[in-house]
Amino acid sequence: MKPSVIALYVGIVLAGIAAPLVIPNYTFQIAVLWMMILFALTWDIMGGQMGYNSLGNIFFFGAGMYISAVVQVAQFAPVGEYTAAFGAYQVEFTDAQYYTGLALGIVAAGIGAIFCAVILGACVFGLRGPYFAIGTLGLALAAAELVGGWEWVGGGGGISMPVFPGDPDVRSKLFYYIVFVLAITTFGFLRWLYTTRFGLAINAIRDNESKAEAMGLHTKRYKTAAWSIAAFFLGMVGAVFGNMVGFIEPLEVAFPTVTFGIFMVAMSLLGGKGTLWGPVLGATLFHVIKELTWTYLLGWQWVALGALIVVNVVFFQQGILGWAMDRWPEKFGIVVEPAHGEGRAVGAQEAAR
Amino acid sequence: MRTLIDVRNVSKSFGGVIANHDISLKVPEGEITGLIGPNGSGKTTLFNCIVGDQLTDSGSIVFQEKEITTLTVQKIARLGLLRTFQQTHIYANMNCIQNMLISVPHRTEKYVDMFRPYRREVYERVDELLEFVGLYSKRKLQAGDLSFGQQKLLEFAMALMNDPKVLLLDEPTAGINPTLINGLIDRLKRANKELGITLFVIEHNMRVIMNLAEHIYCLAHGELLAQGTPDEIQHDQRVIDAYLGAH
Repeated sequence: MKPSVIALYVGIVLAGIAAPLVIPNYTFQIAVLWMMILFALTWDIMGGQMGYNSLGNIFFFGAGMYISAVVQVAQFAPVGEYTAAFGAYQVEFTDAQYYTGLALGIVAAGIGAIFCAVILGACVFGLRGPYFAIGTLGLALAAAELVGGWEWVGGGGGISMPVFPGDPDVRSKLFYYIVFVLAITTFGFLRWLYTTRFGLAINAIRDNESKAEAMGLHTKRYKTAAWSIAAFFLGMVGAVFGNMVGFIEPLEVAFPTVTFGIFMVAMSLLGGKGTLWGPVLGATLFHVIKELTWTYLLGWQWVALGALIVVNVVFFQQGILGWAMDRWPEKFGIVVEPAHGEGRAVGAQEAAR
Repeated sequence: MRTLIDVRNVSKSFGGVIANHDISLKVPEGEITGLIGPNGSGKTTLFNCIVGDQLTDSGSIVFQEKEITTLTVQKIARLGLLRTFQQTHIYANMNCIQNMLISVPHRTEKYVDMFRPYRREVYERVDELLEFVGLYSKRKLQAGDLSFGQQKLLEFAMALMNDPKVLLLDEPTAGINPTLINGLIDRLKRANKELGITLFVIEHNMRVIMNLAEHIYCLAHGELLAQGTPDEIQHDQRVIDAYLGAH
């Protein structure tokens, strides 16, 4: 790695650690920013790197949130009675109980989301192109409706999450740092993943799935693994976000298909899909623009956001990094290299003819 | 000599169109076998049936004494029976090296192998094969930016990377400029002699196929019209009629 790249990484991590200490009023906002980055990164595994545009990834976010809620509650109270009381059923947790519950909840959310991805993958991976997009969209919408009708988990009325046992300031910092660590871990994991055979395999599926099949690639295996990885991180961040807001319900918090569900796609496209840094860049820019329009263009904020997406999709399809790659290909290692060595020169000469 | 692919009485039709009717042929191990015939005579359909892209209506296909008639494309490919396409099929947004790397054989791939980096020998093999087809200097370019002919060469190199036992080539020289064709014939022969890969080649260019193949089958209207050495085929009146439209 070049020193400038290392400096960039260290700078980002330090900024992430310092943010809630320096600007405590924005802790929640910046936590959401990290979550957006995680959204865009995980969407891009399938959407950008593998060419399967899923509009239903938000399903894993909500599934993780509910799995975690049930796990956290079930250790100390019967879930049905707890949810039926709509927050009136108070459970006294000790600190240790709360934190073990939270940790177990997050882990269970990640693992549960993987299970969902494997099972749902078996159903929808037969679909390609727009059909896959619509199929997965239906999945997320149906999940919201089904959970809304499921009384045991509170139905449309939702669940009040266990109350944090400490100071509100500690609470916001704790959840901030969990989301921060999750986002950084996701980035680091994907950065490594894209250097392995896995990265090439999902790119191959994107470029030409029938060729990949004709070459004997285990396409189904790679597709399932790709979705499971996205689901794992989404499920965990869903668990954390549920605790961060303190109250979860199916339509607006757990399965917000038209906001978070679409944002993750828009952010990846804005930054440049199919690249490692594109989603990070896109998510940051998108979140900042979104918050600015919510503050200074209130009433027109959705129009502004819609206009941004339209401009992006119509004039700027490859996104910021994709555009940069077209503009300066040599900076990204796309070069004709003069051959060196005797044997190689022969091959090169023939190719040049 | 051992028979590698044994096609037995294969028939395939699409609605009323009979693409293959009761075709039987054998591809012997270690040789180059040719398949010719006018446009629409059912050559590509036969290839599709052999590699599992399409199911046959009747008949069976045996590869190395193993029945493969109903296996999927991926399973057949992992057995070592590979095909290249008439239109190039490459991974357009990946560079040549990446195209080659992902074409390693997947025969024995386990779940953990999905997350392993490639070994040094694999990279060396990539260099070797890219050199063999003359694409070494373009190895860092996106495959989609290569010319059609270069893409065909890349696809051929990818097939070699997969270390197949037999390679089905669908018009390997179509769209390639005449000066490159000689180089390609030479490379096909070397792949056959030096790497021991059996070849089964569809070809329209008579000069190429007569030079290349040791035994040729000729299809017309979905039926096997003739077979024999290049010399016999060239002088077979039925083959000449089929190509000139008398049939």
